[in-house]
Amino acid sequence: MSSTFLGMPAPPPRSPYGTGNLRGDRKFPRAAHDELRNEQLRRNLGRATRTIRAKRLDVTGELPDWEALREAGSAIKTDTMNRLPELLEQLERKVTEHGGTVHWARDGAEANEIVARLVQETGSSEVIKVKSMATQEIGLNEHLESVGITPYETDLAELIVQLAHDKPSHILVPAIHRNRDEIRQIFLKEIPGVDPGLDNVPAHLAAAARAYLREKFMTTTVAVSGANFGIAETGTLSVVESEGNGRMCLTMPDTLITVMGIEKVLPRHQDLEVFLQLLPRSSTGERMNPYTSLWTGVTPGDGPQNFHLVLLDNGRTAALADRIGREALNCIRCSACLNVCPVYERTGGHAYGSTYPGPIGAVLTPQLAGMHAAKGDPNSSLPYASSLCGACFDACPVKIDIPSLLVELRHQHTEQAGATAEKLAMRAAATVMKHPKLFTAAQKGAGLGRVLGGRDGKISHLPPPFDGWSDSRDTAAPPKRTFRSWLASAEGAATMRAAADEHRRNEKDGKKEEDA
Amino acid sequence: MTTARDTVLGRIKDALALAPARDVTVPRAYRTGRTLPDDERLALFTGRLVDYRATVHPCTADRTAQVLAEVLRERGARRIGAPAGLDEQWLGAYDGEVQQDSATIPAPRLGELDGVVTASAVGCAETGTIFLDGSPDQGRRALSLVPDLHVCVVDLSKVEVGVVEAVARLVPGRPTTLISGPSATSDIELERVEGVHGPRTLAVVIRTDA
Repeated sequence: MSSTFLGMPAPPPRSPYGTGNLRGDRKFPRAAHDELRNEQLRRNLGRATRTIRAKRLDVTGELPDWEALREAGSAIKTDTMNRLPELLEQLERKVTEHGGTVHWARDGAEANEIVARLVQETGSSEVIKVKSMATQEIGLNEHLESVGITPYETDLAELIVQLAHDKPSHILVPAIHRNRDEIRQIFLKEIPGVDPGLDNVPAHLAAAARAYLREKFMTTTVAVSGANFGIAETGTLSVVESEGNGRMCLTMPDTLITVMGIEKVLPRHQDLEVFLQLLPRSSTGERMNPYTSLWTGVTPGDGPQNFHLVLLDNGRTAALADRIGREALNCIRCSACLNVCPVYERTGGHAYGSTYPGPIGAVLTPQLAGMHAAKGDPNSSLPYASSLCGACFDACPVKIDIPSLLVELRHQHTEQAGATAEKLAMRAAATVMKHPKLFTAAQKGAGLGRVLGGRDGKISHLPPPFDGWSDSRDTAAPPKRTFRSWLASAEGAATMRAAADEHRRNEKDGKKEEDA
Repeated sequence: MTTARDTVLGRIKDALALAPARDVTVPRAYRTGRTLPDDERLALFTGRLVDYRATVHPCTADRTAQVLAEVLRERGARRIGAPAGLDEQWLGAYDGEVQQDSATIPAPRLGELDGVVTASAVGCAETGTIFLDGSPDQGRRALSLVPDLHVCVVDLSKVEVGVVEAVARLVPGRPTTLISGPSATSDIELERVEGVHGPRTLAVVIRTDA
């Protein structure tokens, strides 16, 4: 029985631990250490993020009302979250009226079962897939394979990732960590009947993928997609893409199954006027992406004649129940925050361990799947995977205050974690700083810390329990003498005297100018 | 037994009770109702289409048939598809074979065509976007997707300045496709490649007095 009927609200559950792709197997600092050594990755990422950043600035700068659009986008999403129950019920009613069927899934496992059952009911053992974050999040491909259904990714980058038995590393360009030579090797090894003389020219590689997938588009009877938007007012679903693989999947098969997170609903058809400006300009830095599809249920004689919409919770209601964290649900998955993030730019997406990498991933992942600090959950390290520089907030088209959310999650993490070494150290520091004599003594003692510093004067490894600190940052070794001891010395006194003289001279000059 | 639907809706209501909503009104201070004289709208639309590597062929309505025939000849299209509701006169000067589309033709068979000619519902100048909505002169969605060449006829009177004005002209509920240039990918080292799965060539015939 649902808790609603008892009149006593209970916090909704997170995405179940150990399912789907919302958790890596290592904490961020450990994973990042390894990724940072991959020079190819850093070169690819550096170039990609620089390029997209520049394009995004160009096309957002073109619009004098960009800030007004962001304000509207942010408010529409907040309004959506406020009215989620009625909007989802309206969406369900409209989709059903237009010949579609709506399913609800409490978590990823349930969504996977629903999709697998729907595919099995068609008699097909293959599905073609549009790139979708939601199905990546729940690990749909792995589930389909486990029940004997073969999923074919049709987005070029997702295809590369799938053929390489790899994981996506970016929301928008999932194979950005691969270069053309690697992609050529993957295609030669994995695409049946590919021309053995295939070279590494991107156009030729794309043509090889086109030839391989065209046959799949023409013969596969079931497709699975995600959705960028679901319009409650009309029951219209939407997919935004570039290659035409989305259009192929959405129109060629007999059956279409769309998996949509419950936060992707929008109230009105009119709201498209805002998001069709915000999304493409923020994500690929284009004025408009090459193809957008809008469909409403089933259209006789045009496209799939069976349409299923699976509405997915999987931790979204848990995020909604958090006054501050709720804002993360406004995310439209544009990836602008990834491309401006100095941390993401260097580590890449795999270090985050989640389907959602980068700044928004560091917020959204713990929101959806929890942090379980006591269990040493890798997700508990994500709120710290940031310099808090704020670039992500500036870039976000729906104005999600990611830095503040990260700080709040850090707070929640330390509350959960109980007495950590770091917390005890900070408490000790506070006591010391309140007492001048203790402070001077501590500073003298800190000079001993130089022993720990290497030849470069950096402390990279501290013994437990302080390794939690040194794992994620190098610390400069303490200086030879403290500021206080320098100030008390003859050199310090002379410097201070000189500074005071200069100040007096400047004041006098200033006065003369005023008088004149 | 509680259904997943009841559970999820119950969780949402609980969540909203635990963290009550802050009231919000949506500020729509962005630009709306923009207009531009015909020549400026045409120049903006053309520029943006060319930017996306579409080819643009402006003409007057009475020259539609000649211009379409020229574009199709230039592209070597000998056999083309056309939606059932396309103005018959438009293909009057074309000497190739025309297959009139119908839902009974299996969509994969459309791959045998050299190209397709359709009309369009709405245009957006600022983004270089063409909207197809499945009207009889535009046909089903697969028709403008499977063949490698899409020649699209756009009436300048249906081209709006911005996205806001263009979306306002849509009929909600129709299967709608927004097209901005030919199919493209930047997935390999961010190098743009035209034509992955959709048409590799988009030719736009703009009728300036229709």
